[in-house]
Amino acid sequence: MTAAPAVVRPGGHSHAAPGATTLAVTGRVLRQLRHDPRTIALLLVVPSLLLGLMDALWTEQPQVFDRVGLVMLAIFPFVVMFLVTSIAMLRERTSGTLERLLTTPLPRPALLLGYGAGFGLAAALQAAVTTAVGFGLLGLETAGPVGWVVVIAMVDAVLGVALGLLCSAFARSEFQAVQFMPVVVLPQVFLCGLLVPRELMAGWLQAISDVLPLTYAVDALQEVGSHPAATGRMAVDLAVVAGAALLALVLAAATLRRRTS
Amino acid sequence: MDAAVTVTGLVVDRGHRRVLHDLAFVVPPGQVTGLLGPSGSGKSTLLRALVGVQVVRSGEITVLGRPAGSASLRSRVGYVTQAPSVYADLTVRENARFFASLYGAGSAAADRAVADVGLGDAAGRLVRDLSSGQMGRASLACALLARPEVLLLDEPTVGLDPVLRVELWEQFHALAAAGTTLLVSSHVMDEAGRCDRLLLLREGRLLADSTPAALRARTGTDDLEEAFLRVVREQQAELPA
Ligand SMILES: Nc1ncnc2c1ncn2[C@@H]1O[C@H](COP(=O)(O)OP(=O)(O)O)[C@@H](O)[C@H]1O
Ligand SMILES: [Mg+2]
Repeated sequence: MTAAPAVVRPGGHSHAAPGATTLAVTGRVLRQLRHDPRTIALLLVVPSLLLGLMDALWTEQPQVFDRVGLVMLAIFPFVVMFLVTSIAMLRERTSGTLERLLTTPLPRPALLLGYGAGFGLAAALQAAVTTAVGFGLLGLETAGPVGWVVVIAMVDAVLGVALGLLCSAFARSEFQAVQFMPVVVLPQVFLCGLLVPRELMAGWLQAISDVLPLTYAVDALQEVGSHPAATGRMAVDLAVVAGAALLALVLAAATLRRRTS
Repeated sequence: MDAAVTVTGLVVDRGHRRVLHDLAFVVPPGQVTGLLGPSGSGKSTLLRALVGVQVVRSGEITVLGRPAGSASLRSRVGYVTQAPSVYADLTVRENARFFASLYGAGSAAADRAVADVGLGDAAGRLVRDLSSGQMGRASLACALLARPEVLLLDEPTVGLDPVLRVELWEQFHALAAAGTTLLVSSHVMDEAGRCDRLLLLREGRLLADSTPAALRARTGTDDLEEAFLRVVREQQAELPA
């Protein structure tokens, strides 16, 4: 600041185009990730390592690995993105950047959509790597096309992002935020049909399972696992997961208050 | 010229306690107004109310002719929070360019604002590796780049070395000369002398709304710290015991 600053008259700029602000948030989220190579490495490598561990566990029963490993492709991105997003949003809240963002022309839905797109993209990369390892190295097998597996995993990851954004509104600290993981994520994992087939569950458990979105992501994967081509049921499953993600984003926008006390 | 900010009957409660008591004042345009008061007096709360992120109990706040927090004000009012609100895991330049894109300002405007706060050489460094003074200036740059008509700064000079502090005040006055309205909070009374106007806040009440010269004349001292004390005593004498 040695030279006298070149002061520009106030008067603002032309407004940012709608959509441009969403992209700006997405770019920022990805840039933050890029400055954190260890997180990128963990994101990309850990699910594959865990899948490898499961493969080793069921060497004698490859058909069990085919079933469980496939479902894991939906569970990994869901869990990881839920955690990453809720912590990221909480940091935004506690660092004061959220308060600042709320005073800028950035619309609240653009903030949430930007987050969804940024972490969704990261999740797509994760799903692609995990799927490639599962099918290429570990001999995972499905009747249907592998491309659908990646699509389902991605939509499921966006669901994790949306629920993470929503839950972070109810957390005041990192400690609270990580507690939402067992509360929101584990029941969905227990009841999605992985541990016990849904047909064998008690009626009330099945009813709960029916309203949990992860159930539909897992069902979609099982459809790909057992049918050579995309099925109508799989399309409905995917639509339910995407709808649940959208609903969570809308609720997150509604709970994101501009004025706080 | 119309007032840049008009506040009437402003009452704010936080956590079941009254934090601002029936404030009323006017901030003239194109000047540097100082919001002075000890820690906990309600400066940050008041600035939050002016920018529309604070729930207020009652009162009216008009900024540039519109109710505080209106959508149309968001590109015209700049706000720099007390704690630096920039992303620690991004570089200074990346932060500035991100905020620039929210305002529809280009990366040239972002880079210029970074240079204006004296961080040109640190533009490529991660914010988390900067000193706290540099972080504060990075945060300031992210508001300057939008060329706001009203700039609300919450304790922008805390922790700065004296040379930088003087330079920053020069910059505030240069901005005001170009037409920007600035409201700058501080708990350090020796900064009061650098303002065109003063608002003295204590325990959520406005003690004085004046100029440094008028305050000195009224209290009969050149020392603004002493003047503040005398105003406090005057008010206490007026209050029934
Ligand atoms: N989030 C909050 N919840 C409840 N009370 C608060 C909160 N933030 C500040 N306060 C209280 O409001 C009063 C004014 O605080 P603040 O506006 O931060 O003052 P200043 O900026 O002048 O230091 C203080 O008594 C403080 O304890
Ligand atoms: Mg404060």
